[in-house]
Amino acid sequence: MQSTENIKKKNDYLNKNSFDIVGVEDDFQEISRPRVSYYKDAWRRFKQNKVALFALFILFALIIFVVVPPILSSTTFNQIDKLSRNLKPCSDHLFGTDKLGRDLLLRVAVGGRVSIVIGIAGAFITSILGCIYGGISAYFGGRVDDIMMRIVEILICIPYLIIVILMSLILKSESIGTLILAMTITGWCGVARLVRGQILQIKSEEYILAAKAMGVSSFRIVTKYMIPNVIGIVIVQITFAIPGYIFGEAFLSYIGLGIQSPGTSWGALASSAQPMLAYHPYQLFFPSLMIALTMLSFTLVGDGLRDALDPKMRK
Amino acid sequence: MKKYIFKRCLYMVFTLFIVITITFFLMKAVPGDPLTKMAKNLPEQTKANFYAKYDLDKPVFNQYIKYMGNLVHLDLGESVVYAGRSISETISTTSLVSASVGSIALVIGMTIGIVLGIVAALKKNRWPDYIVMIIAILGITIPVFVLASLFQYVFAVKMNVLPASGWGEARHFVLPIIVLGFGPIATYSRYLKSSMLDTLDQDYILTARAKGLSERKIISKHVLKNSIIPVVTIFASSVVGIFTGAFIIERMFSIPGIGFYFIDSVNNNDYTMILGTTIFYAALFIVMQLLVDIVYVIIDPRIKSSIMK
Repeated sequence: MQSTENIKKKNDYLNKNSFDIVGVEDDFQEISRPRVSYYKDAWRRFKQNKVALFALFILFALIIFVVVPPILSSTTFNQIDKLSRNLKPCSDHLFGTDKLGRDLLLRVAVGGRVSIVIGIAGAFITSILGCIYGGISAYFGGRVDDIMMRIVEILICIPYLIIVILMSLILKSESIGTLILAMTITGWCGVARLVRGQILQIKSEEYILAAKAMGVSSFRIVTKYMIPNVIGIVIVQITFAIPGYIFGEAFLSYIGLGIQSPGTSWGALASSAQPMLAYHPYQLFFPSLMIALTMLSFTLVGDGLRDALDPKMRK
Repeated sequence: MKKYIFKRCLYMVFTLFIVITITFFLMKAVPGDPLTKMAKNLPEQTKANFYAKYDLDKPVFNQYIKYMGNLVHLDLGESVVYAGRSISETISTTSLVSASVGSIALVIGMTIGIVLGIVAALKKNRWPDYIVMIIAILGITIPVFVLASLFQYVFAVKMNVLPASGWGEARHFVLPIIVLGFGPIATYSRYLKSSMLDTLDQDYILTARAKGLSERKIISKHVLKNSIIPVVTIFASSVVGIFTGAFIIERMFSIPGIGFYFIDSVNNNDYTMILGTTIFYAALFIVMQLLVDIVYVIIDPRIKSSIMK
C-alpha cells in the first residue's frame, strides 16, 4: 500500500516537462546550408577537375562524330568508288579514301559505333555480373565465399587475351554480340573480387554495426548502406574498363578474329591499313587516333570520377 | 615458411590441372576440324588415316586421358598443320626468342618506370610530375599496334635509320624493345608514384625526419625500400603482358617468337599448337604468380609473421 503511493508520487513528479533538454534552442537542428545530395556533390567536385571535364567534352564530340556523319552523308560507308582509290585527305573526302575508294570518314564513324558499343556494353555486362557474383560471395561468406573465390582465382590464372581468343574461336565471333560474349566471359572476375573486397570492408564498419544494433532490417542495410557505398567504385571501374574493351576489340580485329567485312570497326580499319603504312599512312592515322583519343578520354574521365566519388577526398 | 611454399606449390599444380582440363575441352568445342580449313576433297581413307594419326577418331575422354599422360613428360603432341613439327620443341625455341626481346624490354621499361615514378613522387604537383604522368597515361592508352606503326613509320619509312622488321641483327631489336618497353614504363611509374606517396605519409617517415635524418637517407633507406614492396606484386602480370603484347609486336616486326606462332596457329586452326601454347602461357602466369608471392613473403617481414602464425 505504502509503495504504490510512493510510485504515484514519483509519477506526479516525473511529468513531461522534466524531460525537456535544458540550454538548447529550438532551432539547433535546423540546417544552415541547402542540402547537397551525394551525386550533386560529386558532380560539383568533378567540375573542378578541368582535365576530366575536357575529356568528357571530347567524349561527347566523339559520340556526335560517330552518330551524325553517316546520317547526313549521301553515300554509305561501303560505297565503292573505283575512280577515287587511296585518295589523300581532301575537301571531298576529309579523311581520304581506302584501296576500294570507300570514304574513310564514314568508315571511321561507322567503325567507331561498333568500337564504342562494344566498349560500353562489355564494361556494363562485366560490372553487373561481377557485382552480383562478388555480392553473393561476400554476403553469404564462409564456405560459399571460399568456393566462389577459388573459382575466380582459377579463371584469373588463364591470361585474359588467351581466353578471349579461344572463346572467339569457339563462338566464331564475327558479329558484335558474339564478340562481346567472348570478351565478357571471364572479364567479370576482376570486378567480382573488387566488389567482394569492398563489401567485406563495409560489413565491418562501425556504422553497419550501429545500424544493426538499432534493429535496421538487413534489406534496408543492403539498399541504404551497402549499395551506395559500392556503387562509386563500380562506376569508376566501368569507366576504366571501357578503354580496355575498346582495345580488346581492336586487338581481336587486328589479328583477324574480330568484326568481319562488310562490317567494320576501328581495329579492323587499323588492321587493313597496316600493310599500306609506307604509302598511305593517313589510312592508319585516323582510326588509330580515334582509338587513342577514346581510350585517353575514358581514362581521364575515370580518374576524375574516382576523385569526385570518393568522399574521403573531400576537403 | 617451407610448409607455406609446399602448400602453394600443391595448390599451383591443382590450378594448372584445372586450367589444362578447361582449355582441352574448350578446344574440343571449337567448331570444324583442321581438315576443313585445308584440302576439302581428300579421299575417305586419307581422312580416316589423318584422324587416326591424331587420335581424333577416338572419344574425347580417351583423347583427354592420353593427352594428360603425354603431358606428364612434357610432350604436347605434334602440329596438325605442319606434320612432324613437335609442339614442345616449337614452344621452347620460340619462347626463348620472345623471352630475349621481352626480358630486355621489361628490364629497361621497369628501370625507366621506377626512376620516373621516384621523380614524380618527389616533385609532386610540379612540372616533372606532370610530364611523367602524361607519359604514363599515354603509355597506358595508346594501343601497342598504334605505337608500333608510329615508330615504324617515323624511324624506318621517314628517317630510314632502323629496319622496319626482320630478325637476326642487333638493330632489329631496337624498335620492338622500345614499343614493348612502353607498357612497363607507364605501369611502373604510376604504381611506384602512388606507393611512394603512401609511404611518405607514414608515421615512421615523420619519426625519421624528427630524429634529423638527411632527406637522402630517408628516401633511400626508408621510403624507397618500403615503396618497392607493393610494386613486386605487378611483376607477374607484366611478364604476361610482355608475352601477350608480343602477339601483335612479333607479327608486325616479323620476330619468330611464340606470339607470332600462336597467332599463326589461331589463323590456321592448328589446334594442338593453340592448346600447347595456351597451356604454356597459363603455366607461365601461374608459376610467375607463385614466385612473386614467395618473394613478397621473403621481403616483407609483416606478411612473413602473419603466415608463420
